[in-house]
Amino acid sequence: MLNVKTENACHSHSEKKKRDFVSDKAKSIPPSGIRRFFDLAGEMENIISLGVGEPDYSTPWHICDAAITSIEQGHTAYTSNTGMDLLRKELSRFLSERYKISYNPSNEMIITTGVSEALDIAIRAVINPGDEALVIDPIYVSYAPCVTLAGGVPVPVPCREKDHFRLTADNLMERVTPRSKALILNFPNNPTGAVMRREDLKAISDIAIDHDLVILSDEVYAELTYEGKHCATASIEGLMDRTITLSGFSKAFAMTGWRLGYLCAPPEISAAALKIHQYVMLSAPTMSQYAAIEALKNGEESMLSMVHEYHMRRNLFIDSLNRIGLTCHQPEGAFYAFPSVEKTGLSDYEFAERLITEAEVAVVPGSVFGTGGIGHLRCSYAVSREDLSEAVNRMDGFIQSL
Amino acid sequence: MDDIDRSLLSLLEENCNIPVHEMAVMLECSDEEIIRRRSRLEEEGIIRRYSAVINWEQVDKGAVYAIIELKVSPERDFGYDRIAGRIGRFSNVRDLRLRSGSSDLQLLVTGKSMQEIARFVAEHIAPMECIRETSTHIIMKTYKENGVLYAEREDGKRLPFSF
Repeated sequence: MLNVKTENACHSHSEKKKRDFVSDKAKSIPPSGIRRFFDLAGEMENIISLGVGEPDYSTPWHICDAAITSIEQGHTAYTSNTGMDLLRKELSRFLSERYKISYNPSNEMIITTGVSEALDIAIRAVINPGDEALVIDPIYVSYAPCVTLAGGVPVPVPCREKDHFRLTADNLMERVTPRSKALILNFPNNPTGAVMRREDLKAISDIAIDHDLVILSDEVYAELTYEGKHCATASIEGLMDRTITLSGFSKAFAMTGWRLGYLCAPPEISAAALKIHQYVMLSAPTMSQYAAIEALKNGEESMLSMVHEYHMRRNLFIDSLNRIGLTCHQPEGAFYAFPSVEKTGLSDYEFAERLITEAEVAVVPGSVFGTGGIGHLRCSYAVSREDLSEAVNRMDGFIQSL
Repeated sequence: MDDIDRSLLSLLEENCNIPVHEMAVMLECSDEEIIRRRSRLEEEGIIRRYSAVINWEQVDKGAVYAIIELKVSPERDFGYDRIAGRIGRFSNVRDLRLRSGSSDLQLLVTGKSMQEIARFVAEHIAPMECIRETSTHIIMKTYKENGVLYAEREDGKRLPFSF
């Protein structure tokens, strides 16, 4: 009898019109632009991928070992919401020694699950519905959707090739309105490799102060700076109390899969972000935090040797790209080259799609990263030197065949 | 010895067949400068020779390697240097070091068989006047040599695309 009843119930439900369960907000954000490329790349055996946004190194073994030991010792529970005390202290020391920015580990730092989470909670902590967030363009894909999800309005600010893809005061001024609340920066930049030097940051700091903007500065590639030292946004006079510094361990210490980042901000912003973090994440992975402590305490040598290798590869790769006719500005940080395909007469999408099918080299079309990326390719040189030179040979062959 | 010298040495240590021009581009200097620096490092004896790292265990299945530890009475005026000089001349002695701890000299010796190594120790090493004690350890398996891991190792896989 019971069964019969249930069947009847199901039947009557299916006759009702089902409503659309997906929220308008989820619908409003664009899907990842290069799904097609993922599928193409998956089918090929001999592909060399320069489409990867992560180091080709495995995490240095002493860092892995620290995490394994922590698991063996039974440290598998949650940590404090803000992250382990020792980790925040080590991080505070690291940031002040390397970048001359001083954050109080007890109320100005949150350890997060990757920089991605730090970015999300930072945006949600400062953006009200309708607020405009100025987002540099080109830029890594997730900033604008995060602003949209928080109810804000992303406003792209172009960083042009003639300015070495840096943000200039003029370009920023053109996009500032009375509704502007936040400015989102990412230098060294993914995808261009551009770096803002101290004088470049100074040039935009007055605008930020005059228009009372809060700056979200994603500096996850800070350690991967090849000409001189990275300049932290918060270290510029007048910016410390209006800057949220976002970074993490993924790039410098080859720890992408550990999902560990951090947010540093003035106490009132940190407290707001912490509330969101408490509800959506609780705490960052514990074993990853043990690994990060080891990275900060004893990881400098392995980090510097990886950075040195990226630096040499950059020189080699940029030289080769220019030689085969893909003109390329000199990226001063991160591990991306951003050459122009203008001379080939193809669009960045066409070039990338044909390159993968005809020459088995995967790159990311620049337009994925915003209108400022149109006509460019993002090529990661976080691959072995052998693969890098083979990729250049294949690209050369492809260009000759056009 | 500056940073470029050090980088050059690291590159050559990893792969001494790397083209000069490639090194020049990577280290931001001219081809001529790379050649000049390399010659100087060779003349100064910092670069001893260019060789390959070979996993001989894979080639000579029967070859035997042994670590031999020697307790040595140092000689007046010479310390350990003269005896080390004598031992080092044997071509089957691949490595030779003076070390701290329970023994003094440590040798890495190769041979076609265990008997050959035993004979070498008994006939050439042990009878030397200042050798007080020898202890021979046959190598069962080499896992890492000259910074190169020999074990089969699966490298971490990355997705072909990520942002």
